[in-house]
Amino acid sequence: MQFCKHELNNGLQILAECNSDAHSIAVAFCVNTGSRDEQLAVSGVSHFLEHMVFKGTDRLSVDDVNQQFDQMGAEYNAWTGKEHTSYYAVSLPEYQDQVVNLWCELMRPALREDDFQTEKQVILEEIRMYDDQPPFGADEACEEDYYGEHPLANRVLGTEQSVQDMQVDAMRAYFQSRYSPQNMVLTAAGRIDFDALVASVERSCGMWTREAVERETRTLHAGCHQRVIHRSASAQQYVIQLSPGPAGDDNRRYAAHLLVSLLGDSSGSRLYWELMHPGHTEQISTHYYEYDDTGLIMTWMCCDPESAEKNMQKIHSVYDVAQNNGFDEAELQRAKTKFNSRLVLSGERPQNRMLSVGLGWIRDRRYRSIREEMEAFNAVSLDDIHNVLQEFPLTSCSCTTVGPREEIAWENVVR
Amino acid sequence: MPIHEYCYPNGLVLVAEPMQSLESVAFTFLLPVGAAYDPIGRAGLTSMTCEMALRGCGNLDSRQYVERLESLGIETGEAVSVSHTCYRAAMLADHLGEAVRLYGDLLRTPRMPVDELESSRQVAVQEYRALDDELIQKVMVALRRGHYPEPWGQSHHGDLEGLSQITLEDVRDHFASGYRPNGTILGVAGKFCWEELQETVGEVFGDWQQGEWSEPEEGDLKVYRDHLTHDSNQTQIAIAYPSLPYSHEDYFQAWGAVGVLSEGSSSRLFTEVREKRGLCYSVGASMRSLKSHGSVFCYAGTSADRAQETLDVIIAELLELSKGIESKELDRLKAKMKSSLIMSQESSMARAGALARDWYHLNRTRSLDEIAAEVDRLSPTSINDYLQQHPPGEFTVVTLGPQSLEVPDAVL
Repeated sequence: MQFCKHELNNGLQILAECNSDAHSIAVAFCVNTGSRDEQLAVSGVSHFLEHMVFKGTDRLSVDDVNQQFDQMGAEYNAWTGKEHTSYYAVSLPEYQDQVVNLWCELMRPALREDDFQTEKQVILEEIRMYDDQPPFGADEACEEDYYGEHPLANRVLGTEQSVQDMQVDAMRAYFQSRYSPQNMVLTAAGRIDFDALVASVERSCGMWTREAVERETRTLHAGCHQRVIHRSASAQQYVIQLSPGPAGDDNRRYAAHLLVSLLGDSSGSRLYWELMHPGHTEQISTHYYEYDDTGLIMTWMCCDPESAEKNMQKIHSVYDVAQNNGFDEAELQRAKTKFNSRLVLSGERPQNRMLSVGLGWIRDRRYRSIREEMEAFNAVSLDDIHNVLQEFPLTSCSCTTVGPREEIAWENVVR
Repeated sequence: MPIHEYCYPNGLVLVAEPMQSLESVAFTFLLPVGAAYDPIGRAGLTSMTCEMALRGCGNLDSRQYVERLESLGIETGEAVSVSHTCYRAAMLADHLGEAVRLYGDLLRTPRMPVDELESSRQVAVQEYRALDDELIQKVMVALRRGHYPEPWGQSHHGDLEGLSQITLEDVRDHFASGYRPNGTILGVAGKFCWEELQETVGEVFGDWQQGEWSEPEEGDLKVYRDHLTHDSNQTQIAIAYPSLPYSHEDYFQAWGAVGVLSEGSSSRLFTEVREKRGLCYSVGASMRSLKSHGSVFCYAGTSADRAQETLDVIIAELLELSKGIESKELDRLKAKMKSSLIMSQESSMARAGALARDWYHLNRTRSLDEIAAEVDRLSPTSINDYLQQHPPGEFTVVTLGPQSLEVPDAVL
């Protein structure tokens, strides 16, 4: 493994973790923009724009784009989140130049009106699709309560109304303001020829002009909200709990990752033994997300409607016990082993490394090899975990539930 | 690298492919018992047996067992399909021997503790109830039930009545007949030493006693139409039609035809349904194979008011396919397949599962080179000949949503 980097004069960073043993290459543009960077009137524009990038350029039609990617046998896609929009392709090394050239070209899309109107229908279908799937919008509702005025409250897909009302000119303006070369990185992994990569990107992107880009950061004033969304068509009851965690640039993030694994991993965690193993819930898990100015710890549960309060009380008790009594060394050691093993297993695929390298670089302009990541996890002590729990108590959270229940006896949940 | 194959005297088959560029190794146990083997009145028994087998074995209780796996960093998973119960594990290569021994305990000497029966039942009941909220899964369950002959359309979820009736004796009997070496396939892929692996598997499973078993009758595929009324934004559309099983000599011709329909964004369904008309977010088709029956399954989800148009466009594309494919379409498909085959060498887990499934369908494995050669041999003429002889038809159509749809006249 060898890490290489290069910066173009216009600020575009090119990064690669080169591995001559790999069979494939993985290449991505990671743009440091997402729903938190949107004005409410264009809610969902980052995600809609991500779809429109595939519609081609002044030179390429949508059919040209699809056929070119498929002719290379590439696996390609994109996704949008609160802070990032990433576009990737995985292919055989012999297609490196073609794949890179195509992505570079697509990063300056045509954004045609007729494509915009057709794709708007696809976006609306995507919104309706998620509205029909668990947790039926309860995650977004909970985030809106929890974040309040903070821009992380913005929905990634927007709403049916905001997408319906959106005009192509507003998307073009958003694109101009966010897709500046110094606000994105080109990241690669696998059997990459780095010199050829730099030459391709220089040729295709060297003329892009640098525009100033800023992100509004804000202090989060997270409250403890409770909301019940009645949905008679649902069979099960779904519960989302949100509470703060360390931000992405906070070194305590390693402890936070281990903490949520100890509490809510899909197997062998405290919540697993308390709720999943006895069959009290269909699903229970805890997750940690890092953002620029805050972190988020999410607890997710699916269970039969009648048991909602009882199970929420159990979650509360598990968290309460952890906050008061902490964990033992053997438990922490197992969590570290599990984490490190997953890092190595997932790291065998270049496409997984590509994103770790790219998003890690956007976070703090640092490259971390798998070994360095493992060392950082191994260095976490029980005290570090305990300190995160004291600083970010999970029992102080916002909670939303959706399902057949019309009311929840909250007084039976939180002591 | 050669694929190693070995059949132990008790019938257990070990197939293993070295992938020396990896640090990991993965294995898949395919046990010859799936939802099709659920007895009448005990729907869901195979799933509950799978769950009970995880609850302690050998000298370890269920917590000690999970902690042992975790302390070695072994990633695990299990699933019940209609034909098999599958246990999977992936790990760093050093722990392979220990993992095989742990799974030896799980598959041979599970404790099946009586005090965990009710919690195992509750796990199964929770999963059954959650299915009602997973509309895509729900429509596919109904499609399989309508399309496949009994009992090959049964869902591993079972039903509430069956689950409520299951006793510890049922679970132990089902385990005793289904968890046995003859018919079981162990697929391994990644970094390992073949001689050591063969010896370890022999030590752990060599004296595993054979059992008697027989597969349910194959039966014939059915044509079926149904609509499930549901208060949802979108209508789910699921279509199935007969094709060729994985073991058929013309399987790759059928695979090529479906690839033109659905592989990649330049495929016909994606282009016609999503790109040109913006009718839905997800649409696709894929090959599914039981041992003796092959089928094509198609799926799309779209708003209720556009569902009829979506169904009409999909059916029209299926019928259009019989008129033939073009060489450009096949060239793209071949490029995609070549990439997938080479990239599959980066995933020990995926490769281990593929080896075990190959053996089930073919009684041998297919190397990546052999698959590449099969794909290379495809031509527009060979696929078009196949399509002339096997035009898509006899559609089973199941929809789920606020209103039922009309299946176009041409296919009635």
